[in-house]
Amino acid sequence: MNDRTHSTAPLEWHPGGPSRVPYRTYVDPALHAIELERFFNHDHWAYVCLSCEIPNAGDFKRTWIGERQVIAVRDIDGTVSVLENHCAHRGAQFCQKDHGNATELVCPYHQWSYDLKGNLQGVPFLRGVKSNGRINGGMPGDFRKSDHGLTRLKVEEWNGVVFGSFDTAVAPLRDYLGPEITPWYERIFDGRSLTLLGYNRQRIPGNWKLMQENIKDPYHPGLLHTWFVTFGLWRADQKSSLVMDAHGRHAVMISSKNEGGKGDVTQGVTSFKENMTLKDARVLDVVPEPWWKGPTVTMLTLFPSVIIQQQVNSLSTRHIVPVGPDAFDFHWTHFGYAEDTPEMTRRRLRQANLFGPAGYVSADDGEVIEMQQAGFRQHPDYQTVSELGGRDIGSTDHNVSETLIRGMYGYYRKVMGV
Amino acid sequence: MNASANNLPSRLDPFLRAEIEDLYARYSACVDSGHYEAWPGFFTEACTYKVIPRENHERGLPLATLAFESRAMLEDRVYGITQTLFHQPYYQRHSVSGILITEVTSSGIAVEANYLVIRTRSKALSEVFNTGRYIDRVVREDGSLRFAEKCCVFDSEMIPNSIIYPI
Ligand code: FES
Ligand SMILES: [Fe+2]
Repeated sequence: MNDRTHSTAPLEWHPGGPSRVPYRTYVDPALHAIELERFFNHDHWAYVCLSCEIPNAGDFKRTWIGERQVIAVRDIDGTVSVLENHCAHRGAQFCQKDHGNATELVCPYHQWSYDLKGNLQGVPFLRGVKSNGRINGGMPGDFRKSDHGLTRLKVEEWNGVVFGSFDTAVAPLRDYLGPEITPWYERIFDGRSLTLLGYNRQRIPGNWKLMQENIKDPYHPGLLHTWFVTFGLWRADQKSSLVMDAHGRHAVMISSKNEGGKGDVTQGVTSFKENMTLKDARVLDVVPEPWWKGPTVTMLTLFPSVIIQQQVNSLSTRHIVPVGPDAFDFHWTHFGYAEDTPEMTRRRLRQANLFGPAGYVSADDGEVIEMQQAGFRQHPDYQTVSELGGRDIGSTDHNVSETLIRGMYGYYRKVMGV
Repeated sequence: MNASANNLPSRLDPFLRAEIEDLYARYSACVDSGHYEAWPGFFTEACTYKVIPRENHERGLPLATLAFESRAMLEDRVYGITQTLFHQPYYQRHSVSGILITEVTSSGIAVEANYLVIRTRSKALSEVFNTGRYIDRVVREDGSLRFAEKCCVFDSEMIPNSIIYPI
């Protein structure tokens, strides 16, 4: 059978720019391998976890950067190390717990042990085994434990979030985000202590980039999501802006809710339900918080690995973990602030019914991404068209534009050389 | 009904057990048949209904995938899944086993049971969709048994894309 996803023909990009993306960009395993190298293994920072998940010395959490599994662990000096989860001896993915507390890391296979910074400490039979007056075995004389530590990543912990990079030459995190994105990051993560509310995890059968696109796409929320358009949480007639960094890779969609209801933007929109009312409106019991300073929603896409959500009182990070070109795991971590009243915590939890794999406005995002992937697979030589608001790339003061998607593919083409 | 706590299973009223089993059978039949409008009727007005990852449940983390606090919220959910959520249609099939009455007190009957939900999408193979344990409290209201609490604690570490219909 002729499998067109493995075609060796050059990827044809539209001469007009990144507003048209060849379907093959989402399904080709060879391209996927290059993406992992260039976006996850080099030059980029990736989301690791929240500081409040590993508050104490010895606390660790297992997670992923791209398709590589890592362990984030806090040492007694308070710093976080991110270590790749494979033993320096013969490769075993030795850590099999999702989280816990440890004083050292030990591989069960031959019991090599590492300190919490990944330095090799103990090697059984390093100097051999004495038997009948002889010493048998032992490592060669030039074996240095210091040559055989775990892969240790560059780490920055910034106002309650841990980021890591396999690339020790990566730019400082603040520069990586850039001056356009940083104020929005620091609006949510301003140094206040966070509290962990819990996780949701889903496997979405679509290419990982589609999730970045979904949250760089202000076109769909008022059309696909009844709850957004009907209750005015996100729609095209709101005071909004779209911001991107100088490279076009990161973005923020910023908006302020309105009262919803009928208007120009609901004309012919079948998802708009004029007479919809909630029998128990506590899921939408929105209370403005002083730190919002205006916007009711800010959705940050930090390329390539994470989305940071503030949608009214609901806060979460959404971590993207690719699983080959055709799927990704989507890990939601909901959080609040240590200073939250019990009522505010309950409100954040109630509003969480809108989000996640069963949420009123998020369940269908996963569904449409799965449908996109199915479409891409059936015709890899075709291309998308993202030309709402024109073909150019730049920040806007409204949300009727696909500029952020174009920005991301402008960057993608530069890095991928396509 | 014997109202004393910690009934030994051997002393459990067989009629109560039959009634509980019937409740679970009717509940499964309802959520598998697509008659979602009948689903809130299995609950008391001030009920709680949760679908929560086992991970959160065991670590004491409060976030649930779905968390409703009244029958009215369940009615809103029915509207949500039938009128507002876009998704690929699917059949679901519940298999509930090992129904265990753990306690009978004046505040209700504590019941636990294993559940397995198989999802079948159009022209696709059937697949394990969600599996876990019900941890429930059942009360008698106007002669019939209803759920005052239903907590679906699921083992499934990764949700296969989305959960739309009630578990
Ligand atoms: S593989 Fe880890 S100690 Fe041998
Ligand atoms: Fe969406």
